Amino acid sequence: MKAIFIASALAVCMLPPAMAQKSAAISAIEEYRALLADGNPAELFEAKGADLWRQKRGPKKASLEACDLGLGAGVVKGAFVQLPRYFADTSRVQDLESRLLTCMSSLQGLDEKAIAKTAFGKGEQKNVTALATWIASESRGETFKLPQAHSQEKAFYEVGKRLFFQRGGPHDFACASCHGSDDQRIRLQDLPNLTKNPGDGIGFAAWPAYRVGNGQMWGMQQRLNDCYRQQRFPFPGFGSDATIALGVYLGVNAAGAKSIAPALKR
Amino acid sequence: MKSNTKWTLSALAVALSVAGCAMAPSAAEVKTMTDAVIKSSFTSKGIATLDRATKPDETNRACSEADTAGKPLDEKTAKAIEEANFAAIKWPAGGYYIGDFKRGEKIAQSGKGLSWKDKADGVNGGNCYNCHKISEEEISHGTIGPSLYNYGKIRGVKDLYAPESAAIVQYTWGKIWNAKAYNACSLMPRAGHSGILTEAQVKDIVALLLDPKSPVNK
Repeated sequence: MKAIFIASALAVCMLPPAMAQKSAAISAIEEYRALLADGNPAELFEAKGADLWRQKRGPKKASLEACDLGLGAGVVKGAFVQLPRYFADTSRVQDLESRLLTCMSSLQGLDEKAIAKTAFGKGEQKNVTALATWIASESRGETFKLPQAHSQEKAFYEVGKRLFFQRGGPHDFACASCHGSDDQRIRLQDLPNLTKNPGDGIGFAAWPAYRVGNGQMWGMQQRLNDCYRQQRFPFPGFGSDATIALGVYLGVNAAGAKSIAPALKR
Repeated sequence: MKSNTKWTLSALAVALSVAGCAMAPSAAEVKTMTDAVIKSSFTSKGIATLDRATKPDETNRACSEADTAGKPLDEKTAKAIEEANFAAIKWPAGGYYIGDFKRGEKIAQSGKGLSWKDKADGVNGGNCYNCHKISEEEISHGTIGPSLYNYGKIRGVKDLYAPESAAIVQYTWGKIWNAKAYNACSLMPRAGHSGILTEAQVKDIVALLLDPKSPVNK
């Protein structure tokens, strides 16, 4: 599941003597993580996100301070642990990142569709990630409690569940192939069981996260996108209903878990 | 994205109005909604074409349903799926099953191939170590599949070409080629059947597992 790590481990494996070099690589990563534990680089993205929220930007030269993340206009604290949820103004269930696109479009006049098509880590997508990181950090330690009162929220949970178990592609992989039971590993990477808590408390409640393996800050959209790449599925659109439905399934399963986002990941 | 979103929402709205707003949708309605969501959410990219998500074969379709319901397939359906997959196994030309275990180790180590980032003419890996312990030396192995360390030794294979080895050699080929021929909803990919590995690569994996000289059997 951790592509970069597996890829780097594989690259190391190809070189003789395989074992010595690989264990060195793994212990080096462990050491690096320990060193970083006191100062997660996610903090830099949090600071950038906090600035972006208040900055007047876009054709409308407006800030995002009037953005409604589900708890009312401008309320950030506690919003993250209740997303994805249904929004009446767009008539759809949205996760944090797709909701940010809505606000960037309606408040700032930025092109929502163009941002959705932008590659991760480029242009406005970098700002979306920073904003998501800061918004998540404002709910750190709070307990996940996604609303399930609206019929579309219920429907998205069920659709997300089907997607989670859907096998396909040349490898017959589903999300559940790796994340459907306890105590499994891919290579040396522990895999959270995402059908329940505490698995989702590690797997879902940790993103956005700073990835030590590649030095990148990833939001949940990018995490899901990379899972689907490794599943050999076709490309899931940014903020598409499939990714949001999966978010609802994982988020509801995380009920009761404390948010540790933005976390530090391999 | 916007037009797709609208289309999905109208599909959801129809399904929901059937269900009644306060009720959870039925399994059939959820299936209809999911199919619409998949069509609106995924696009073909490179070699990873949309039909990988929209057109599961009968094995994946039945196993996904069983997994979603949290109930194993009934015995009859499982048997039918296993028989269909077994019938689809391509046995090696001329009965030559055995390749080179050293090449097999490299294939087992590699997890490359068949994603939207990969090229159609790339050399694919078997992803074997991602889930299985295989050789003793490789400590970075997954645990989703059983340990294959000493696979041939445990089964008493001393001479690959002896008549008494034929059954295990054939089973090993069949299992790698199409794991679903022996266990309908196995989590293991169908390496030969789905075109992940070539016939020559499968021979190398068979050698890795069964050759008495392979590190697996030390």
